Amino acid sequence: MDLWYTENHTDDVKFSLKVDRQLATCQSDFQRIDIFESKEFGRILTLDGYLMVTEKDEYIYHEMITHIPLATNPDIRKVLVVGGGDGGTVRELARYKHIEKIDMVEIDEKVVELCKEYLPTLSCSLDDERVTIYYEDGMKFVRNTPDSNYDLIIVDSTDPFGVGEGLFTKEFYGNCFRSLTDDGILVNQHESTFYDSYANSMKRAHSRIKDFFSTALVYQAHIPTYPSGHWLFGFASKKFDPRRDLKAEWWNSLGLVTKYYNTILHTGCFAIPNNVRNTLRETYK
Amino acid sequence: MKYTQNDAPLYEAMKNFRQNRVVPFDVPGHKGGRGNEELTEFLGVNCLKADVNSMKPLDNLCHPVSVIKDAQELAAEAFGAAASFFIVNGTTGSVQAMIMSATKEGDKLIMPRNVHRSAINALVVNGATPIYVNPGVNNELGIPLGMSVADVEKAILENPDAKAVLINNPTYYGVCSDLKSIVELAHKHNMLALVDEAHGTHFYFGKNMPLSAMAAGADMASVSMHKSGGSLTQSSILLLGPSVNADYVRQVINLTQTTSASYLLMSSLDIARKNLALNGAEIFDKATKYAQYSRSEINNIGGFYAFGPELIDGDAFFDFDKTKLSVNTMNTGLAGIEVYDILRDEYNIQIEFGDIGNILAYISAGDRALEIERLISALAEIKRRYSKDKTGMFDHEYINPIVSLSPKKAFFSSKKSMKLNECSGKICGEFVMCYPPGIPILAPGEKITNEIINYISYAKEKGCFLTGTQDMEVNTLQIVEE
Repeated sequence: MDLWYTENHTDDVKFSLKVDRQLATCQSDFQRIDIFESKEFGRILTLDGYLMVTEKDEYIYHEMITHIPLATNPDIRKVLVVGGGDGGTVRELARYKHIEKIDMVEIDEKVVELCKEYLPTLSCSLDDERVTIYYEDGMKFVRNTPDSNYDLIIVDSTDPFGVGEGLFTKEFYGNCFRSLTDDGILVNQHESTFYDSYANSMKRAHSRIKDFFSTALVYQAHIPTYPSGHWLFGFASKKFDPRRDLKAEWWNSLGLVTKYYNTILHTGCFAIPNNVRNTLRETYK
Repeated sequence: MKYTQNDAPLYEAMKNFRQNRVVPFDVPGHKGGRGNEELTEFLGVNCLKADVNSMKPLDNLCHPVSVIKDAQELAAEAFGAAASFFIVNGTTGSVQAMIMSATKEGDKLIMPRNVHRSAINALVVNGATPIYVNPGVNNELGIPLGMSVADVEKAILENPDAKAVLINNPTYYGVCSDLKSIVELAHKHNMLALVDEAHGTHFYFGKNMPLSAMAAGADMASVSMHKSGGSLTQSSILLLGPSVNADYVRQVINLTQTTSASYLLMSSLDIARKNLALNGAEIFDKATKYAQYSRSEINNIGGFYAFGPELIDGDAFFDFDKTKLSVNTMNTGLAGIEVYDILRDEYNIQIEFGDIGNILAYISAGDRALEIERLISALAEIKRRYSKDKTGMFDHEYINPIVSLSPKKAFFSSKKSMKLNECSGKICGEFVMCYPPGIPILAPGEKITNEIINYISYAKEKGCFLTGTQDMEVNTLQIVEE
């Protein structure tokens, strides 16, 4: 059998994975959800046909979106995850014993339901007693969050078209700013710059975040299954600079075993190549 | 009738015509788009192919005898009217046809002053005299409302020779008058009841909507199908009751309407009517739910007041169109127009209009929950980031006019240009209005007062888009030479 899953990275570029079988498919109120078993990448989750996670490389994304802020501020106690229905981000957060509360707001209950059934290596911590899952619109949730309520907000969203559109807007970032404590950190999935359609979203998101936060940086990771393989995250804070304020000794003393992140890479991932720097400069016009 | 509401005779005739591959040696000269590649690429080949000329298989709007006639009859049936006319010059065209059918030079027309400019324009053209009824005013919101029945009755008794009463229902803000009582009152005094129903297409198709003009027994009504009805911009329908001579109305329409009516606009009316007849209840139920949800969320933000049916008073606020999302901004210390500008410039959200104290966001079935959340969240952010002390804000949208000359006489008299701040006491020879909403601050023939000059200056300062005047910057006004 010759069965392939294909994602169009642009109108003229395709990325394909050989699929062994389809494990689940479902049209929820918000999107089409599919889970496949693939030869090379293990199980993969797609939303509206777009690849979200594969078992083989998801750790890169989930380690990078969590350990960077956690190693910067040891006092993070209360965290909000916006999106992240697969559970990978919560799994990484739950490894920190000192975190007291993890709220996750995911618009689509079906995603969580299917990931709990078919992607247990990602969703394994969603039942942790510190975790509360809210099934509602992320923007609405943040709008109704009291001032200074979270130490860290992680925006683990889909791309800025369709369901996740609102999570790349100025009104969303403004409400995040308000919901964060003075020590607060906002980390978000920040697209990439290699292909034009993603670059524009990335530029817009960056300039909107910069309107609110005194520190607004991007950092990078190499994720084989995402368009171009080069992916960016945003780090914004009212107070911390993740390069200067890294608590390397403290973090290493926790003894967390990671496959991608380490405290040397922590500083290095903010050293971004010229093509990304130039794109960001265009934003400042 | 051989058709039902499941049909769209004009649309179907156009599809058949396209399949027949007739060789075009008639206008339009782009010949299905082949003669203008860039335009075809921009609008799409289907659009250009639908841009055809009147011909036997596709009927003629000026003198409809086949598929346009059938389409108009289906529209009349859908709206509960005796007859209907497709209008391709906007609801401006419908309103003018309605007024010019009902009145002529020197006739009196009883109407509220907070009408769209198209109604007063019709009076400039045909020379009828307006008898203005001041609308009710909500002092807290500063907005003009509908007309109270008592005020209409007073105007009728003082002007028993008036030919018709024009009712603006609902207003842009969604406020309705007691249409049934006003129509009955007009008929009792042998006057026609005309309704500018530009913002009320959905009243005919949604459930639990305010009363529509045809259901209230009105003689004519203008419905902007392109607003809530889903047809293309500039298309509109004029509805007639049973006692109006439709053939005379057609002649009046043909005085000013194009002889090259666009088939894009007309087919959009036919298809939109079919959609409304079949799916209207569901479509407007969705819009109503979005609007009601938005109202309750916006009212939780504080500062903003998204007003609604709680203001119904049995009089000049007789009913409310719940699909309208009208929001008073005064308590944020921001003028409506300022919120309107911030939403567009800072948040990439374009709303329908902002005036001195209010904004209006147009809600329809085409919206999605995520965009509704964006609008609400952006308003919450605007409150947090921009709100200020409200002292010094203008608190009302409406100033009672002092009419010195008829609009036609003033518009066509000799005029001279005068600096805005020197115009107090003079008679205005032109329109001044913020657009949108397009309700004149001054109409030709009205006396200019200090209050009006201050209002215009304030609107300019706040960034309202002022139109109607010869001077594009509105630094001077054309005043009537005495």
